[in-house]
Amino acid sequence: MRKSAARKSSKWAGGALALFAGVTLSAVATQPAAAESKQLTLCWAAWDPASALVELGKDFTKQSGIEMKYEFVPWTSYADRFLNELNSHGKLCDLIIGDSQWIGGAAENNWYVKLNDFFDKEHISMDDFVPATVVGYSEWPKNTPNYWALPAMADAVGWTYRKDWFSRPEIQSAFKAKYGRDLAPPKTYEELKQIAEFFQGREIDGKKVYGAYIFTERGSEGITMGVTNVLYNYGFAYDNPKKPYQMQGYVNSPDAVKGLEFYKELYRCCTAPGLTNAYMQEGLDAFKSGQVAMQMNWFAFFPGLYKDPNVGGEKIGFFVNPAGPKAHFTQLGGQGISVVATSDHKDDALAYIKWFAQPSVQQKWWQLGGYSALKAVVDATDFPKSAPFAPQFLESMAIVKDFWAEPSYAQLLLDMQKRVHDYVVADKGTAQQALDLLVKDWTKVFGEQGKKVASE
Amino acid sequence: MTTIIHPENAAIEGIGEPCKRRAGVAGKTWRARGLSDRAIAWLFVAPTIALLLAINIFPLIWMIRLSFTSLNLSMSYLPLRFVGLDNFQDILTDEDVWARLQTTAQFVICSVALQVVVGFGLALLINRQFRSHSFWTTIILLPMMLSPAVVGNFWTLLFQPQIGPFNYLVSLFTGLPPSSFSMTGEVALAPWTIVLVDTWMWAPYVMLICLAGLRSIPDYIYEAAEVDRASSWRQFWSITLPMTVPFLMLAVLFRAIENFKMFDMVNLLTSGGPGSTTELVSITLKRAAFEKWRTGYSSALAIILFVTVFGAANIYVKALKRVKQR
Amino acid sequence: MSAIAKSNAHSIVEASPRAKAIAGTIVILYAVISILPLLWIVATAFKSQSDAIAYPPKVFFQPTLEGYVNLFTMRTRQTPDFIAKLPPPTTWYDKLVRQHDMVIAGPSKVVPRFINSLIIGFGSTFLAVFLGTLAAYAFSRFRIPLADDLLFFILSTRMMPPVAVAIPIYLMYRQLNLTDTRLGMILLYTAVNVSLAVWLLKGFIDEIPREYEEAALVDGYTRLQALRKVVLPQAVTGIAATAIFCLIFSWNEYAFAVLLTSGEAQTMPPFIPFIIGEGGQDWPAVAAATTLFVMPIVLFTVLLRKHLLRGITFGAVRK
Repeated sequence: MRKSAARKSSKWAGGALALFAGVTLSAVATQPAAAESKQLTLCWAAWDPASALVELGKDFTKQSGIEMKYEFVPWTSYADRFLNELNSHGKLCDLIIGDSQWIGGAAENNWYVKLNDFFDKEHISMDDFVPATVVGYSEWPKNTPNYWALPAMADAVGWTYRKDWFSRPEIQSAFKAKYGRDLAPPKTYEELKQIAEFFQGREIDGKKVYGAYIFTERGSEGITMGVTNVLYNYGFAYDNPKKPYQMQGYVNSPDAVKGLEFYKELYRCCTAPGLTNAYMQEGLDAFKSGQVAMQMNWFAFFPGLYKDPNVGGEKIGFFVNPAGPKAHFTQLGGQGISVVATSDHKDDALAYIKWFAQPSVQQKWWQLGGYSALKAVVDATDFPKSAPFAPQFLESMAIVKDFWAEPSYAQLLLDMQKRVHDYVVADKGTAQQALDLLVKDWTKVFGEQGKKVASE
Repeated sequence: MTTIIHPENAAIEGIGEPCKRRAGVAGKTWRARGLSDRAIAWLFVAPTIALLLAINIFPLIWMIRLSFTSLNLSMSYLPLRFVGLDNFQDILTDEDVWARLQTTAQFVICSVALQVVVGFGLALLINRQFRSHSFWTTIILLPMMLSPAVVGNFWTLLFQPQIGPFNYLVSLFTGLPPSSFSMTGEVALAPWTIVLVDTWMWAPYVMLICLAGLRSIPDYIYEAAEVDRASSWRQFWSITLPMTVPFLMLAVLFRAIENFKMFDMVNLLTSGGPGSTTELVSITLKRAAFEKWRTGYSSALAIILFVTVFGAANIYVKALKRVKQR
Repeated sequence: MSAIAKSNAHSIVEASPRAKAIAGTIVILYAVISILPLLWIVATAFKSQSDAIAYPPKVFFQPTLEGYVNLFTMRTRQTPDFIAKLPPPTTWYDKLVRQHDMVIAGPSKVVPRFINSLIIGFGSTFLAVFLGTLAAYAFSRFRIPLADDLLFFILSTRMMPPVAVAIPIYLMYRQLNLTDTRLGMILLYTAVNVSLAVWLLKGFIDEIPREYEEAALVDGYTRLQALRKVVLPQAVTGIAATAIFCLIFSWNEYAFAVLLTSGEAQTMPPFIPFIIGEGGQDWPAVAAATTLFVMPIVLFTVLLRKHLLRGITFGAVRK
């Protein structure tokens, strides 16, 4: 009995083994097949503007005959994946639209090609681009004319709100009765919190809705990119403007503590339950499914939201990040486009950048849903009227501030992610303790990076 | 046909010393034709050993060397410094690392305990051999065969308080409003959430091993107990349980090691949050090594983990043997 | 045991009908609950994007193939005017996509990733089973000095947390230009799988009576001929079962894949969780990918039932 069973199964198992062998051989055979026609791989994040870039890139292929391939990675693993790729000296990406904060590490480690000579030769001038984007996306060291990228996608944090809810007479009168002023998009964070409290738990169209959506994501950069919008405006600074890297008294100043406490209050009082680890996508989900009255998110998504069949069009409005008691800033997003130093197709990649920098291409980029950083596009007189969020975008780009862009940025960011999430979401310790620990963490990181940190 | 098991040497000592019955043909008269047996033996074993040396041992030695350096891959332009035991000292005096080890230990203990209870319970029930039991057993086994990453990722949708079905199902039975709690977001619930999902995946594993244990108990023992008029409660404590203990122990060992290594499911389900509530040590290690790129530091942490799991497994196997000898 | 149960219907070992009914009810209840998440995945694959994230969740919905279409395509949003100017859609999926003001811009990455999974899975399985069979045969039939230590060494390489193993592998592969290559992943998975293969196959070969081989040797076969013509045909079921276990490991593996690949050699597990639609996570597409990805494993589980126990315990428990 045993024997016959063995013989029977030996047939199909033999077949399976042959299949294994066949597939393995074909694996080896197919490996180097693709290098025939000219093509470039562009790496970026997977989000709405990326599909606009695909559309835009068709023109480049038509003109140059170079085929474009894309590698798009979602935001929560974008830094992880591509810093891993750059670090391993891989050849996956020829062009990369890398995050603004990577620029220090990319320059110091020579992951990117330095673009100064190329810009000179092709007469591309950084004076033609919005100053904040040049500093934010291209320069290392900051405020020196050393360029490692061409500003590709201008972006900042902004807010969307449900215009249709805000304009309902019964809601307006209820709000006025309670707060003694008209219901309108908030100008300050105090106002924002009142409006959020007002909407929290309210029944609209038979559904319970919530006040505001704010970033709380733990794993990558989410909660940091959210909390900084409040921190900056309450008086937080990364370091002493006169003594670089002196963080004591700036990162953990009493004002900064107030800002962090405010973010937690906002999170506790006025956000939809369950959004404890939420970033851009969860915000979009919450807004599109009609759960929240106001949403913090990147301008990059606003064209898509405006077109949304359920909450777009007349139902959606936009406002600039509200001011705080001390200042008025907003978190810088956005990226520059760079050529990867280990790429085998650097000349083609530079040709792409040259093509991309042309004003006509930049104009089309904005029309398709990307955000151009070219002055010729955004300073045009009809720009503010070209989209309902264009005025807010212009206003925001004038008040942006970015996170550290040091080579050790990933460590600095992850430390902040941990300290802020521990305090805001996991309810651990006080705001003062969280920021004190953050100063300690950051001092250590800068020490490892070989920077001297003054304590007072 | 279910019992070809050797609980003694197969289940437990089998892990340490597997081949009891050896010898036989080797070294007799046929050496003259073709390759000698000894040559064949080495020829056959060598590729495997070579592969393991290249992919496991050589990198391990390299990692030990790195653990004494300050290497940070995101700043590899900095000169490599040898820092002696600084990395180890850093780790062992860091409260956060100890907190992560504690989180890991709690996760391992709770999830393995729950899996043993559920798995053993299911095995007892299935062993009653009701109709269609083998079909339902296969259904129960499915979760453990699936990719923890792919399925774990999907649980984030199931646990969404507003749009996920889990909370609605709970509210159906308890009357709690569905959005009043968040399985992955609350400090009090999140550690239990990862235990729950892990148990969902792996209780079947314990069940399968226990089932083999139950089926290895010869009927005549129960028949003898029946003659002695032992109550079924007594029978359970004096026959069923003791005779399945070796199997249970084996299941516990395998699950404990696997859960100590746990990375994929938890990383996708909570990514360590809220705060650091569910940050298992593997996630800490991943962040240190592949996000902060502190290669020297994380090499040291990896070595500490390896020593821990290896030491714990050895102690466990020794303790098991002692239990057996009793 | 079943034979005994039949011949002795009143055996006290046989549970009473009532006990059976209770046991059956509980087990079936558990099975149904534990299968619910999988059913939800399969159902979500047929939902529209807005049904998938409906608040509250929907149990009944209008089924659509959007999820599958989105999984296999890359789409761009267009203005209604642009779409109105296009020639009428030629296929049903073009039509489906255009309903959402989008056009298909090309295929998505899912097919190359699936091919990577196949190549890396089958490649490493083949190598692991090949090496494993040789080593297992040697351990089973010959006196090898320090055999027990070697076998333990082979097993212990599996105790390391994968993230820890990945650190030096990453550095080594960086030097050898093996990061993000299929070859690198095949070698790595082979190394992980070979320990399972050796342990399992040794058990299977141990069970083959030596007498067959001895007879063959007496008949004038060489050792290698005896292995090929006598032992392997006997061990083929075990080899097949082992191969499936190795395949399942490579198929499901996530930690190494996410840390050591970025695109060219990326497999499905690090790919699926990050399928993004316009705006949010494209849950229907994720569910569709999960369904397709999991299906072969379900099939294998049913095929493997007899050897499952042995596979998951490294051959320590046999059934």
